[in-house]
Amino acid sequence: MSDDMTSATPSPRTTSRDSLKNSGSAPQGGGAGNGGASLRGSRVRPGDLIFHSLSTGSAIFIMVILAGVALFLIIQGIPAIVADWSTDPSLHEGFTLAYNNFWQYVGPLLYGTLFSSAIALVIGAPIGIGIALFISHYAPRRVAGFLGYIVDLLAAVPSVVFGLWGIIVIRPFLLPFSEWLNTNLGWIPLFGGQVSTTGSTILAGSVVLSVMILPIITSISREIFLQTPRLHEEAALALGATRWEMIRLAVFPYAKSGIVSATLLGLGRALGETMAIAMIISPAILVSIRLITEGENSQTIAANIALNFPIASTLQRQALIGTGLMLFVISLAVNIIARYIVTRGSAGGGGKKRKRPTLPITPMSDTSATTTLDIVTEEQKLGRIAVNSRAEGASV
Amino acid sequence: MSLLTQRAARDGAPANSLTSGQLPRFAEVSIIGGSAVASGLVLMLLGFNFVGWLVLTAIVYLVVLGVLSSIVENRRKATDRLVRGIVSVAFILAIVPLVSTLYTVVSRGISSLSWQFITQSGGSSFNADTLEVTNTPGALQAIVGTLIITGIAALISIPIGLFTSIYLVEYSLPGSWLARTVTMLVDVMTGIPSIVAGLFAFSLFSIIMGPKAFSGFSAAVALSVLMIPTVVRSCEEMLRLVPGDLREASLALGVSKFSTIARIVLPTAIAGIVTGIMLSIARVIGETAPIFMAASFTDNFNANPFDGPMQTLPVMAYTGFAFPGTDIDASHNAAWGAALLLVLLVVILNLIARIVARVFAPKGSR
Repeated sequence: MSDDMTSATPSPRTTSRDSLKNSGSAPQGGGAGNGGASLRGSRVRPGDLIFHSLSTGSAIFIMVILAGVALFLIIQGIPAIVADWSTDPSLHEGFTLAYNNFWQYVGPLLYGTLFSSAIALVIGAPIGIGIALFISHYAPRRVAGFLGYIVDLLAAVPSVVFGLWGIIVIRPFLLPFSEWLNTNLGWIPLFGGQVSTTGSTILAGSVVLSVMILPIITSISREIFLQTPRLHEEAALALGATRWEMIRLAVFPYAKSGIVSATLLGLGRALGETMAIAMIISPAILVSIRLITEGENSQTIAANIALNFPIASTLQRQALIGTGLMLFVISLAVNIIARYIVTRGSAGGGGKKRKRPTLPITPMSDTSATTTLDIVTEEQKLGRIAVNSRAEGASV
Repeated sequence: MSLLTQRAARDGAPANSLTSGQLPRFAEVSIIGGSAVASGLVLMLLGFNFVGWLVLTAIVYLVVLGVLSSIVENRRKATDRLVRGIVSVAFILAIVPLVSTLYTVVSRGISSLSWQFITQSGGSSFNADTLEVTNTPGALQAIVGTLIITGIAALISIPIGLFTSIYLVEYSLPGSWLARTVTMLVDVMTGIPSIVAGLFAFSLFSIIMGPKAFSGFSAAVALSVLMIPTVVRSCEEMLRLVPGDLREASLALGVSKFSTIARIVLPTAIAGIVTGIMLSIARVIGETAPIFMAASFTDNFNANPFDGPMQTLPVMAYTGFAFPGTDIDASHNAAWGAALLLVLLVVILNLIARIVARVFAPKGSR
């Protein structure tokens, strides 16, 4: 979708700029160019000046905010990160008692964060990509937009509601399943150990997480599947490929980098998700790969902050802020890698640059905006296809 | 073609070579029905279970379809049908949690929803000195808190977001480093974990106001960190959809850049912008973790966003389960009530957004 827009928008912008410049040079001859005034600085209108500085100012303010987030987390986190936890009186008590330093504390939490997100991804990513495929290539065109809207509704459900749902529905639902896994597949370390009787396991938490990351994975992959060049698809079908072969031959190669970054953005969402984990699992700060045990569920950073923040002393709060800083760094890294993969994908194409997919502008796409945009995109796409085929006809 | 003729020759097939070697059209439907009945019967013997029935039906359907298709048709078509089945099942898998969540919230929350619940401030209030807990159902303090905090967050983020998107679309030179950096940073900001935003607001205000820095305003700051990138994104998207011809026509008439944007570009895109803003409000109104960090929780009615903890609906739903009072059932009921109210708010915001998009859409865009 944004591919169309990035390719479509520069032209009006540059032309309007050109026209500005042209009218800016006009005053020397005719002296009637108000549009060029701001560029030449001959007669700046106050409204223009204020508006320009306001919008530039807020763009810069966004940089300030992001820098502020990092800065304040560092300022508040540093005292606890550098402190010696075994001797410091306010850290040598309560939930930070057992740890000698910050890294000992944050290590298992980091592990738990990555582990639960990885499980959520293993469950959620294939389903999410499958749904995207269903909506983009299998569902009847007329209902596809509506089906996409339904999946996007999942993104609108507040996380705390998913947490409550996990407590009431998912925990009991997974109990018999995890008992079965434990008795029959207990020799696999994942399913070993003392099976939980309450269901507050990391498996339950990750299942809820996977539901929460579905919409982001689906909406991004869907947009990218829809960007597949129509001619590639039609060529594959014309050669006698079945629909699945067409998808494997035309859609997947084209959307590969997009799928990877959709998955990574889903991972980013899962890493930072707090409430589902905090409400569902009964945590322990340890490194364990067991999924369905009582008290061997690795805690995540976000859930740990949420659980301990209200009962923490000042320095303990700073310790929690330090763990939050780690989470910030990781999810930043994941997000940047995800964006990088897409840009590298588009840069690697060389001459075929325009044909590579780009990420849709809003990752967790707002629903109705997307649907209206889809219509526009369809029209643009049709237009482009027409242009393409005309160009090809000309070259032939 | 040669495959078809070979097959036709081998099977001694009927004259219609176009449809030979294909499953009839009614095959898929009848296999679904057959596998539903069969797995229902099997489960009747073992003990019926709705979810188990659905799962078994799906598995039986996929297996039977795959086998039949690879016998009657060929392996390629069998794979094709199998993938179609799997993909459809994946879609149903996504619908199940949505329906189940909404059903659970409505069925559990409807009992605690009443006029009193909305107009009364209450909850289980805990007196630390006497260890006494009193319970009154009520969510007024949470409703007011949610509206105030979200309102302030919107007041902060809408101007910043809108002006930033105006900068990106109208003012920045194509490829200028500031535009590229801001675009990149907005991308990065969408990935900030919500709890980190809460920690940021808490850190900021604890430096200014000391260690007990809980306030509604602080929570609003946290929410606006989350809201600004989505506002920028949706506004940018909408502004870019405004045809360049309109700008050029306006500029060519000698209208200043400011008037062009304010009188031509913004009114054209206003429906989309309002929709995007509504949806981003709906997104942050349900955020729990940042509000919990920055505004903490309380059962007292507090309408002053600059002083003391403030209760909100998502936090009320969370604390009702995480820190229940002595009367656990009452706490849980209050939590479900709050969750239902929250879902209703989100639904209303989404509906408004869709109506705005439908009613105020510029003429001729459809």
